[in-house]
Amino acid sequence: MWENTLAHLKPGQHGVVRQISGAGSFKRRLVEMGITPGVTIFMRKVAPLGDPMEIHLRGYELTLRREDARRIMLEKER
Amino acid sequence: MQVAALAGNPNCGKTTLFNRLTGSNQYVGNWAGVTVEKKQGLMNCLQGKVILTDLPGIYSLAPYTMEEIAARDFMIKEKPDVIINIVDGTNLERNLYLTTQLMELRRPMVIAVNMMDELESKGDRLDCTLLAKRLGVPVIPITARSGKNFGALLTAVEKQMKSPTLPARPEYSGLDQLAMNEAETLVLSSPALKDPTFSKFYAARLVEGDLAAVKELRLSQAAQRRLEQIVRRWEEASRYGDRETLLADARYRYIEKAVSGAVFHKKNPGELTVSDRIDKIVTSRIFALPLFVLAMGIMFSTTFGQFGTSLKSGVERLIYEGVSPWVLRFLTKVSAPVWCQGLMIDGVIGGVGAVLSFLPQIAILFLFLSVMEDSGYMARAAFIMDRLLRRLGLTGRSFIPMLMGFGCTTPAVMAARTLSSEKDRRMTIMLTPFMSCGARLPIYGLFAGIFFPKHQGFVILSMYLIGILVAVLCGLLLKKKVFSEQEEPFVMELPAYRFPTLRNLALHLWEKCKGFLIKAGTVIFSMSVIIWLLQNFDFRLQLVASGNYSIFGAIGKAIAPFLKPLGFGDWQAAVALLAGLVAKEAVVSTLGVLYGAATNSSVLSAGIMQNFTPLSAYSFMVFCLLYTPCISAFVSIKKEMNSLGWAVKTALLQTTAAYTVSCLIFQWGSIILRWMEAVG
Repeated sequence: MWENTLAHLKPGQHGVVRQISGAGSFKRRLVEMGITPGVTIFMRKVAPLGDPMEIHLRGYELTLRREDARRIMLEKER
Repeated sequence: MQVAALAGNPNCGKTTLFNRLTGSNQYVGNWAGVTVEKKQGLMNCLQGKVILTDLPGIYSLAPYTMEEIAARDFMIKEKPDVIINIVDGTNLERNLYLTTQLMELRRPMVIAVNMMDELESKGDRLDCTLLAKRLGVPVIPITARSGKNFGALLTAVEKQMKSPTLPARPEYSGLDQLAMNEAETLVLSSPALKDPTFSKFYAARLVEGDLAAVKELRLSQAAQRRLEQIVRRWEEASRYGDRETLLADARYRYIEKAVSGAVFHKKNPGELTVSDRIDKIVTSRIFALPLFVLAMGIMFSTTFGQFGTSLKSGVERLIYEGVSPWVLRFLTKVSAPVWCQGLMIDGVIGGVGAVLSFLPQIAILFLFLSVMEDSGYMARAAFIMDRLLRRLGLTGRSFIPMLMGFGCTTPAVMAARTLSSEKDRRMTIMLTPFMSCGARLPIYGLFAGIFFPKHQGFVILSMYLIGILVAVLCGLLLKKKVFSEQEEPFVMELPAYRFPTLRNLALHLWEKCKGFLIKAGTVIFSMSVIIWLLQNFDFRLQLVASGNYSIFGAIGKAIAPFLKPLGFGDWQAAVALLAGLVAKEAVVSTLGVLYGAATNSSVLSAGIMQNFTPLSAYSFMVFCLLYTPCISAFVSIKKEMNSLGWAVKTALLQTTAAYTVSCLIFQWGSIILRWMEAVG
């Protein structure tokens, strides 16, 4: 199990995408939105009920659920 | 006639541009077989001879969602003479992803970079000439809200139509390009390829691992093996190692190269804009929920509270006190037969009038919905509410249509249009009628007042809760049995906050009201006439004096025995339920007529007391809560689902749920009552 995923980021932290686990249309949706290897993601906030989360990448804001964020692996060094 | 297509991401101002380009010359329909809205209009250029089709807002042409399939099929089959690709200048990279796919279609294109006002107010700059040179497509900076630079856009479009130029071929680096080229050779060798201009488009789909493209091209076994070889080699040479990521990565690298040096950012990326600051409050832990409840409260109380209701009764007065007497006078004057007067007054005016009276509330609700959608709050509402609806396989976007269902099912079903995926729309529409609408309240009031005078409030509240509970159970069932597709991540863009424009609001409102009026004038008109005939004629087509001898009465008597296990097996209850199909309030008035108490409420109470027990009354109330929605709702469901089959399925689901739940309540209730009698 990869230790450092997008779901592990706390609001205000950055991370660099390493790889996305999963396959098919699930993965395609995420990469099409610009979550590709090497991209820096800024964790903006978590919704009032604890999920989903709001991230910032490539100059725009995106919402993701924690369960999906767990499949976005980040580079080890923060 | 030349054909132009407008393509772009959601939230990039596509609708605003479409409205500006076509004015009110719009035709709104559905793409064949799906609930995706299809808009077409005549564009005001070249003497108005261009049909502009507004494609659904999509992030990609990879055909997975209904929206993407509709857009892709249009491109392949209609081959538009020019593609107008609108992109959001403040979010260029992500918007250009779709552009790279459009470029591979090898059709003449014009790129309109929107939101130039926002871009400039941030102090950023964009070199459109450089971008145009790199992409091989004319790039026109515009501001769709104000219509700035539309002249230049129209000139560019006209020029592409007279002397078309093709976009550049997106050049990918090394191995990516090699894989694409090899795949393209395979595509070109396919006998099923009708138009070689689409070879690049199909090549990209093949290396991405799109099985639909393999099927479409009818690739031979040998070709499929060769394709797998090409892609494998490509994957093995890369550190990321999978086709989906590799192609998206190649596209984004191409985009980064194309925009480098063309975009100048003044601010640091981390600096907060006005929109960011608003968002900090609106979705904060402390204020998000109170603000959301407040917004919903204002919307609900304006639409279904004093204001909306008084407008509704105004329309009713106009119809029943203005139009009805006038028509009656006219019919008497020309001495029309009695049945004709009945048909006109009770059937046509009564039926259509009851539906028309919803118009003010629909208009108010859609004004609110448009403001929320255009301002960017709708996405935040979904962000806040997502967690509550996730278990049902829905997203936060379904919350608002469902909430509106407590007011009236018809506009609530129409509100499901704002949902972003076909599956969510279908499921939300199927569950919304379980939310107890305002028309069901008089039934609860009548029965609870008679049988549970001390606990009236509690009993009525329990109806609302049962409705929600049944919706949750049906939602879980639908998720498991009907809508169990591939897993999809929930990704939703949170667009910047923007002021809605009056023009867009007015057009949207007009569109909704027009659609509803057409519906009332056609389908609902004919259904009202049919139901009136069933209520007033017998099988020998003779006018009957009393409802119980009519065809409706006969049907009621025939189905009454089936309702026996639910506790209300007398035919009056069955006929009243049938009348409730017109409008649920009609259950009360029909019971009144059948118990011989058209105007006298104490006679009605006595009749109900004779025929119901507290338990069967409760079971009856639950049945009224859950069974098939009224005609107006049914017609809306049919229209929004774009399928009679789905509308019938929805009605069946509801009636089955009603029968099951009422039966359980009555049977278990009887057992408990007997046990209590035996004990005490």
